[in-house]
Order: sequence, then C-alpha cells, then structure tokens
Amino acid sequence: MLAEKIKERFGSVIAAVGNALGEESIVIAREDAIATLRALRDESRFSFNMLSDLTAVDWLERTPRFDIVYNLNSLTHGHRLRVKVQIGGGDEAWMPTAIELWKAADWLERECYDMFGIIFRGHPDLRRILLYDSFEGHPLRKDYPYQRRQPIVPETDAVINPVRSSR
Amino acid sequence: MALPARWQNKLHPDDPIDEVMELQMGPSHPASHGTIKFNLKLDGERIVDCDVEVGYLHRAFEKMCEQGTWTQAFPYTDRLNYASPCINNVGFALAVEKLLQIDVPERCKYVRVIMSEVARIADHLTCLGMAAGEVGAQTVMFYMLEAREFLYDLIEAVTGARLTVTWCRVGGIKYDLPPDFNDRIRLAFKSLDAVLSDCDHLLSRNRVFIDRMSGIGIISREDAISYGVTGPLLRACGVSYDVRKAHPYLVYDRFDFEVPLGNRGDNYDRFNVRFREMAQSKRIIEQAMASIPAGPVSIDDPHVMLPPKDRVYNSIEGLMNHFKLIMEGIKVPPGETYTAVEGGNGELGFYVVSDGSGKPYRVRVRPPCFLGMGALNKMLIGRMIADIITTFGMINMIGGECDR
Repeated sequence: MLAEKIKERFGSVIAAVGNALGEESIVIAREDAIATLRALRDESRFSFNMLSDLTAVDWLERTPRFDIVYNLNSLTHGHRLRVKVQIGGGDEAWMPTAIELWKAADWLERECYDMFGIIFRGHPDLRRILLYDSFEGHPLRKDYPYQRRQPIVPETDAVINPVRSSR
Repeated sequence: MALPARWQNKLHPDDPIDEVMELQMGPSHPASHGTIKFNLKLDGERIVDCDVEVGYLHRAFEKMCEQGTWTQAFPYTDRLNYASPCINNVGFALAVEKLLQIDVPERCKYVRVIMSEVARIADHLTCLGMAAGEVGAQTVMFYMLEAREFLYDLIEAVTGARLTVTWCRVGGIKYDLPPDFNDRIRLAFKSLDAVLSDCDHLLSRNRVFIDRMSGIGIISREDAISYGVTGPLLRACGVSYDVRKAHPYLVYDRFDFEVPLGNRGDNYDRFNVRFREMAQSKRIIEQAMASIPAGPVSIDDPHVMLPPKDRVYNSIEGLMNHFKLIMEGIKVPPGETYTAVEGGNGELGFYVVSDGSGKPYRVRVRPPCFLGMGALNKMLIGRMIADIITTFGMINMIGGECDR
C-alpha cells in the first residue's frame, strides 16, 4: 500500500494515514509540508509529478480551523495521494508556498488566497484571481454569508491605470 | 521590465524599439471567444509580458453548492463547461455516489458513458470550430457548428434539453435512452462523418491554417505536467494521460479505444489530437450501443432516489419519502473524496466533503482549463500578438468552468 510506504519513509512526520473509500491520504504538519511534498515529488517510488488540485476546507468550529488539501497525481505510477495540512485561523492562516515544486501551485494558491484568505508565504504574486481587488472578505469562508452584498466599485479609467505585469 | 538583450539592438538610431507598448486586450475582445483580459507588454508585435486575467464569469459555483441539497447542485454543474454538460453531471454524480458507496445499475453506466462521449464530440466540435473561425476559416466554423447540432439533437432526445441538461441524479439518471436511439445515432454519425471529412480536407493540409498553428504555443512536456495541464493539451505534448485509461471509471475499461497523441505540443498537435479523439469517442459509443444491457437506470433505494409519482400522490409512505428527500436532501455520510473524470478539456475533478447533513459541506471543482490558462503566459511570452488567438482557442477556455 502506498500509505504504508509513505509511513515507512517519513515515519513520525506523518500525523495520520487514511484509506477511506480507497483513496490514500496523509496528514502532515505545516513545518514539514514543503520538505515532505518535495520528497513525494522527487523520490522515484512516489514521483508525484502533478499537483492535480490545491484547495482548502473551512471547519469554522474546529481548532485548527482550516484544512489545506493537496491532491497529488503521479503520471508515472498512476497513483493519487491526498495530503492535508491543518492550520489555524486568524494570523495562523498561512502556508509556505509550493510554487517551486509545481508551477500549477501559482494560480491554485492565488485562488485559495482569494476564496479563503490563506496567505501563501513566499508566493511571488499573491493577489486575487477570480474576484476583483477591492472585494471585501473571502467568500468561501463559512462565516461569509452567501447573500452579503459588496460595495459598488468606483469606475476606473483603463487608459490611466498601468497595465499589470505577470510577476 | 527588462527586455531581452537581443531586442535592445536598434536597427536604426531613431527606432524606438526599447519602448514597451502596454496594451489591454479584452475583457470582451471580438477575436477571443470567452471573457478574458490579457494585460500585454509589447515590443512591436512581440509579446514581452502577458498577464492573464480570469474571473469575469465568476458565479460563486462552490459557495452556491453549499447552500442547497446534493441534488440541487446538478443544475450548477451544467453551467461549468457548458459545451459538455453531460460530463460534468456524471463527474459530480460519481463523486457523491462514491461517498454514499452505492453502485449504479449496469445500464446506467453504459448510458452515462454514451452521453459523456456524445458531449465530448460536441465539446471538441465547439473548440475546433471556434478556433478555425478565429483564424479565418469561417466555413469550417459553420460546418462544425452544424455538426454539433446533430449531437445536440441526440442530447435533446435523451435529456429534453440541449445545453443545461440536469440529467444525472445521485444513484442514476433521470431519463433512459429513447427506443429509437440506435437509429438516431446512426443518422447523426452519418452526417457527422460527412462534415468531419469536409473539415479535414479544408484544414488539415491547408497551408494558411498550418502556418498559423504549427510551432505556435509550444509547451514542453515537463512544463505541461508541472503546470497541471491535462487533456488534449497534455496529450499533444506526447504524454499519454487520459483519466479514462489511467483511472477507469464507469465501464470505460470494457471498450477498445486509443488515446491519440501529438509529439511537439504545439497548436497543430492540439488540433489533431482533438480531431482524432472525436473518432475514438464514436468508437466507444458504437461499442457501448452494441453491448448495452437492459434493465433499470437508477438504483432502487428510498434513501437516495425519489419514489415514482403515483406512489407520492397515492400513498402516505411515498409522500413522506418524497418530502424528506426534497426538504432535507440525501443524507450523505461524512467523508471526502476526489473523483476525476475526463472532461472535454482534461481532468475534471470533484473534491467533495460531506459532514453528514443533507447539504454538501464543500464542493470543489478542479477545472481543467483553469490550469491550462495558468500555463498560457508560458506559451505566449516571446511570441507574436496574433498567436494569442490560436493558442487561446486551442486551450479552449470555457468561462463557466474556468471562473466558476
């Protein structure tokens, strides 16, 4: 089993291993996250070369509040793994960026920041992606009421505004 | 923004070549289908920097799914990739069924496969037709949109709707195939074959078309994987990754089909991969129609499926069953799953979390074209401004899916 191989390789770094519904998942701490993810990407028996998805889940009542969920995919071996990191709310709602491991993390982390307000430290260009810059709040947080209205954005002049750079 | 050194060489002392021109292209540009903005920095016609701005079609899909029951999320999934809504329906249904640990009847699996493949052909026809139209091949665009009508007729015959089908349910499908579906398919494919053969003759060896597509928008195999690009874009780079083969779902493992591959990862390869995939989808449909078993198309479980209407109107048990399912929703046990299907543009993943109530706790979609758009800037920098149109067309960004 994949989860057992991972447990054997990383030992106490892995806080929990799951195999519910036939899907392998592990829980790790934030401090070990990037090193573990890098090993999962680089070591030949894992070689998770694709970051399929990165998202968060807001468990408002729980401490720590957020789950950061990495869905990894290995095109070499054809296996998938879900890596979860639990982080707190408020000032603790941050993660180190995984952008140097997978370029897909660039936009996925921007979206996660946009929707959940999670700060990805080290991301070179962490700004909103689906919503506009003056949007107030982060809508996929559970304490954001779905009917909340946003203030009207003053009209901006596209000619005067400087054109954004990609980085 | 520093220019590459070779662009600093002035051909003429008065040549203002070191000035970078800023241009905002979009959000609704007539040459790009889809609402998207490119913030460009141009050196003449060459792209120095390109910041891709998406999100203009954001409709809070993920937030709205959390407000209703599991069944009420189906209409929202129609509006993800609206060129192939059947596949989105199937993907979401499979994810919820995995949480419920239920297995749908055999016939349902076959019908889902057939409709997914019909939707995939329609999706590719939309993408290729639009992309051809944008480089001036208007005839091909109209031919392909006409061919798409034959497929929409098929979809309409099954689901009653052409675009927003809302046809899957948790535990089955709403409508079985009509009795004359085999004849309809044969008729539709006959017309489709004629159109595809015409389009093949018009485009595949057309000098103008090849010049606009070949060698443009190249992305390396490693970069494509790192950017999370999937579907025809990844297969155009020569990586044989198709969710239907790598992680077979439904009954895809019973059919004989190939995964067309490119080798250069340019726009022409992407065009070819999509074109050849349509033939493979037809093969799958023909095999499935030949071997489809008879039987029910939905499971028989009162916790999941609505009772038939005559029981609702004529018995108290049926009425209560109906009421509970409508008002409280299907009680999906707590858990989480990431379930992926092969959408028209690549791996369409649903990461759904249930807390045991009747509502989804979290519905996350992994939109394939969002990841493709993330790699667009890599494909464009250093190329000409006219290449934006073909590259963007081949990524096939569908606003509903990318921006959700």
